[in-house]
Amino acid sequence: MMARLTAGVTRRSAIPLALLLAALLAAPWLVNDYLLTMLIIILYFGYAGQAWNIMMGFAGQLSLGHALYLGLGGYVAATLFTRFGIGPWLGFAVAIPVASAAGAIIGFLAFRFRVAGIYFAILTIAFAEFARIGFDNWDYVHASSGLFVPVKQYAHNNPWLLRGDPTMFYYVILGATVLLFVLCHFLVRSRVGYFWLAIREDETAARAAGIDTFRYKMIAVVVSAAMTSFAGVFYAFFYNNLFPEQVFSIFRSVEIILGPIIGGIGTLFGPILGAFVLKGLAEALSSVMTAFGIDLPGVTQVFYGVCLLIVVVALPDGVWPPLARLLGIGRSKP
Amino acid sequence: MTALLALSNVSKRFRGLIAVDGVSFTVPQGAMFAVIGSNGAGKTTLFNMIAGAMKPDGGAIVFAGQGVHGLTADAVCRRGIARTFQIVRPFPGLSVEDNVIIGALLHRPDVTAARGHAHELLRRLDLFDKRHRIASTLTLPDRKRLEMARALATGPRLLLLDEVMAGLRPTETDRMVAILKALNAEGLTILLIEHVMRAVMALASHVLVLDHGVAIAEGSPEQVARDPAVVQSYLGVETV
Repeated sequence: MMARLTAGVTRRSAIPLALLLAALLAAPWLVNDYLLTMLIIILYFGYAGQAWNIMMGFAGQLSLGHALYLGLGGYVAATLFTRFGIGPWLGFAVAIPVASAAGAIIGFLAFRFRVAGIYFAILTIAFAEFARIGFDNWDYVHASSGLFVPVKQYAHNNPWLLRGDPTMFYYVILGATVLLFVLCHFLVRSRVGYFWLAIREDETAARAAGIDTFRYKMIAVVVSAAMTSFAGVFYAFFYNNLFPEQVFSIFRSVEIILGPIIGGIGTLFGPILGAFVLKGLAEALSSVMTAFGIDLPGVTQVFYGVCLLIVVVALPDGVWPPLARLLGIGRSKP
Repeated sequence: MTALLALSNVSKRFRGLIAVDGVSFTVPQGAMFAVIGSNGAGKTTLFNMIAGAMKPDGGAIVFAGQGVHGLTADAVCRRGIARTFQIVRPFPGLSVEDNVIIGALLHRPDVTAARGHAHELLRRLDLFDKRHRIASTLTLPDRKRLEMARALATGPRLLLLDEVMAGLRPTETDRMVAILKALNAEGLTILLIEHVMRAVMALASHVLVLDHGVAIAEGSPEQVARDPAVVQSYLGVETV
């Protein structure tokens, strides 16, 4: 098991990886609550980006509607908690089949009727919009007035119910991010992962090599949707509120994919690195602006746009592949 | 010799154009079978129907005793028919090794076993030293052999090669001929679609000539080359 876990990890990359993990584990003792909350948000985007990357980065299927799976995860877990007192982990267990089913329906329609490329992306947007409008008018989940997870003062952290202080949320999302990273590491080196890469590179050639492309694209959508739903569960219990206009919004979907695009689509470190670059620098920027007493609304969005432009023009493979070469670790492709 | 592949009365039309018109032939087990014809004779359409990339409008394609017409390309490959493309299409962003591993994974669920098999094939096709190169950086002859390695990795009983000699220099053509002869000598049945006459004459045991979607001659390379209809329509009178 350990041998398989470290397969593809060179000695040169093992040391920085161990140092990074140690730094992340020690972070709650090193930084204040404000920075810890920043790290939580960064890891949350790193996690969601990694989940999206399974579909786009590995199998080459562009989804611009991942807010759907995020929102479903959040709504399923929050509804079960507020209505029936069922904890978020069991909620996640229910969210997995719900989000998977949504992904499977979209995937089936698209792949059976040969909707591909940009048209597939539009289909994913359409389904996220259906959900947004549907939840906005569904009284059971309090429609557009929003669903709130009750906030109480808890004497101690309760990870089972995801109630507690930022340190607890931090370790939960760090654990999830590490687990998803390890899962993706295995997936991309497995038979399924190779078949995904083949489909991403050339679907016709993949079929000629005997790959049932319909089946493997479906697996990619379902795994990606299921993993994304956890980001929604986390979102619901971290922010304690869900509004259809926010969680199912196209901006949410775009926000998820900016990290992997900037970090490097199809790489394991890209989504996490991209989230650090994007959220970290955006936050630093607004701190500096605040320090100088400048208040410009929308500056973060402009900053995202500038980051995206720089990456598209100067680093089309994202920040990670050239950085990996610079550090002399790993191969540029997984 | 028993027939590995048998086509009977296979047709394909594109709107008004009849691309392949009632073609029948059989490829014996262990043969090196060539289909030749001028541009637009229907070679590639015929090839695509056998490989499952197109569905025939009529007729039957029987492989190893079972009908394969109407199956999808991936299902045809799993039955044991592997192909290359006229315009080569290895997985461009992946390494040479990974390209072949993907083929080898079809009948080997274990990645390590697939890698081992891929290495064997890469050695045979003189690509082992380039196994860590990204496929898109290879030269055309290397990419053609890479595509063949990927096809062979799927463990086919019949290998379909679409103009595998096209665009190769004479030395490269000879190298490819040697590889194909060796594979055929080991019992692999090969169906070639070719434009390059030189290669076909040196290689094929059977030749089928297509002209405007119709099979006009079949036989050994010598018989076909002497056939008046073939000389008339394809080889041209000057070459005789």
